[in-house]
Amino acid sequence: MSQDSTVNRDDDAEGSAPLELPSDPQRRFWIGATCLAGGAAGAAVAVPFVGSFAPSEKARAAGAPVEVDLTAIPPGQMRTYEWRGKPVWVIHRTPEMLEGLSKVNADLADPDSTRPGYTPPYAQNEYRSRKPDFWVGVAICTHLGCSPTPRFEPGAQPSLPDDWQGGSICPCHGSWFDMAGRVYKNKPAPDNLEVPPYQYLTDSRIVIGVDEDNPA
Amino acid sequence: MAGEKNVETTGTLGWIDQRFPLTKMVKEHLSEYYAPKNFNFWYFFGSLAMLVLVIQIVTGIFLVMHYKPDAEMAFDSVEYIMREVPGGWFIRYMHSTGASMFFVVVYLHMTRALIYGSYRKPRELVWIFGVGIFLALMAEAFLGYLLPWGQMSFWGAQVIVNLFAAVPLIGPELAIWIRGDYVVSDATLNRFFSLHVIAIPLVLLGLVVAHIIALHEVGSNNPDGIDIKEKKDKHGRPLDGIPFHPYYTVHDIMGVAGFMIVFMAIVFFAPEMGGFFIEYNNFIPADPLKTPPHIAPVWYFTPFYSMLRATTDPFTWVLAAGCVFAAASLFLKTKGLAKFIVPAILIAVAVSLRMIDAKFWGVVVMGGAVVLLFFLPWLDYSPVRSIRYRPGWHKWLYGIFFANFLVLGYLGTQPPSDAFNLMSQIGTVIYLAFFFLMPVWSRMGTFKPVPDRVVFHAH
Repeated sequence: MSQDSTVNRDDDAEGSAPLELPSDPQRRFWIGATCLAGGAAGAAVAVPFVGSFAPSEKARAAGAPVEVDLTAIPPGQMRTYEWRGKPVWVIHRTPEMLEGLSKVNADLADPDSTRPGYTPPYAQNEYRSRKPDFWVGVAICTHLGCSPTPRFEPGAQPSLPDDWQGGSICPCHGSWFDMAGRVYKNKPAPDNLEVPPYQYLTDSRIVIGVDEDNPA
Repeated sequence: MAGEKNVETTGTLGWIDQRFPLTKMVKEHLSEYYAPKNFNFWYFFGSLAMLVLVIQIVTGIFLVMHYKPDAEMAFDSVEYIMREVPGGWFIRYMHSTGASMFFVVVYLHMTRALIYGSYRKPRELVWIFGVGIFLALMAEAFLGYLLPWGQMSFWGAQVIVNLFAAVPLIGPELAIWIRGDYVVSDATLNRFFSLHVIAIPLVLLGLVVAHIIALHEVGSNNPDGIDIKEKKDKHGRPLDGIPFHPYYTVHDIMGVAGFMIVFMAIVFFAPEMGGFFIEYNNFIPADPLKTPPHIAPVWYFTPFYSMLRATTDPFTWVLAAGCVFAAASLFLKTKGLAKFIVPAILIAVAVSLRMIDAKFWGVVVMGGAVVLLFFLPWLDYSPVRSIRYRPGWHKWLYGIFFANFLVLGYLGTQPPSDAFNLMSQIGTVIYLAFFFLMPVWSRMGTFKPVPDRVVFHAH
């Protein structure tokens, strides 16, 4: 008999010291190998549990495209549509609102929308839209996901500067956005509001969630 | 018979003691656990925290019998508990008041530890388990706050889960993984319910047991911060110690009586506590398309929330400057390998403070403000434990720290504005400086002589 520990032998007199046995490298190896295999199996079992946290097939399927009739939105007004559970704003901008955009460029963090991930190529223009009058954007602040509050009226008002050109303000941490969803400098939000994939079906209908790179 | 234990007890108790160390445990933790005799009112809050834990578990069990963790039904089921379940309103208000009172009691318990140096050697593990309890408690409170599925539940969860999206590279995927959807939804509600009623409470109970075992291993500290085990009588009992039972069990029951008067007054007369314990917007069902005009977390998170908001892009310059300053002074003061490694790490942090979005650093500052507490035993170099024997200006420092924490808490409840933002940035600097400079200031000044025996005046 040989193992890596101390034992009391049956024939030992009561009270005698336990017998110290020499270590057995082979037994050590197999103890280590068993622990390793058991540990790996334990880690592998965690995979399906961790995986179960990911969005279910049902949640993935709910991300279907949304069609919008633009004639329902009068100039200067906005409608909110739900796409993938997120609020998407479609704003019918007036010529005055569009003029205001160029006046604020100097105060914006990313006026040309060059930071990756938030603006599709077709919206990387001064209006951040496919056509100037309609702006389509996800109304979720890029800071921590609150939905900004519309403050489209230009001019002085609470929490905003006197030369405000219209836009929106996040109620949670006070980030400001202009009428094209571009974020102001020195605010908690690092990025402009996301422009989702969208395209025109006709002159008065768009579909949100679909574009050249994102088939339905 | 061989193998049978020799026990002093007889009868039924003897039968049990031969099979389970009942008498031994009662002696170790109650009747022969000697606690210093000079405990003051600050020492109520440990046992009160246990009491609130029991209240939360018991009321929670009964709430789960009527609550439905389903986005369509959750809000209505809470109103059903409030209006139609017999006594449901009482159980629910006890649970919601218990959540806030848990933090009141725990913050006071931590204040006690801070001022009397209860985290110092040999009580480091008591403190670390305690900070672990505080973290678990924050997770438990946050997860539970989603369950009523009101506007504040929804948008609070949305904000906090999005904190994880600030992590570079994996952030957005991580946030989706936590929510189980692209926004906070039914899937999120279900998993938060599971974590709130099973996972975190189990962790919490385990940590509480570890906290108490560690405490009883080393013995309680006291307002004088001196070791009562150094002066013992001929039986080996500390001269300044008294058995926990009956002396402190009775003492704590008095604390319980006082606490329950306050607790029940809140439950019956002010369960919303002016919007601090239950926010008004949470009486509106969750609307994923509309953020309430002003959202703020519940009061117990607001000091840390203020620090999150304070971390804007210009503020990272201040933090980076702090890192560079620390690197320079450590480079000049320390010797050996640490002379180069630690300053190099600090410079790397300073550079990344300017490279990575301020949003990420806001999360780091908020989390760091709590994680920092784990290191407290190794930041304090003062030769005495208790505030009683520290230089007078130390008391002012602690006073500023606690007042600053309250101010940060207030600012966190208010809508953002430029003036408040500047105040919370100053507050954040004070909070961080208190801890990071502690190795320097805690050994400065003239310390008063510490007495041999505890200061005690019989009633």
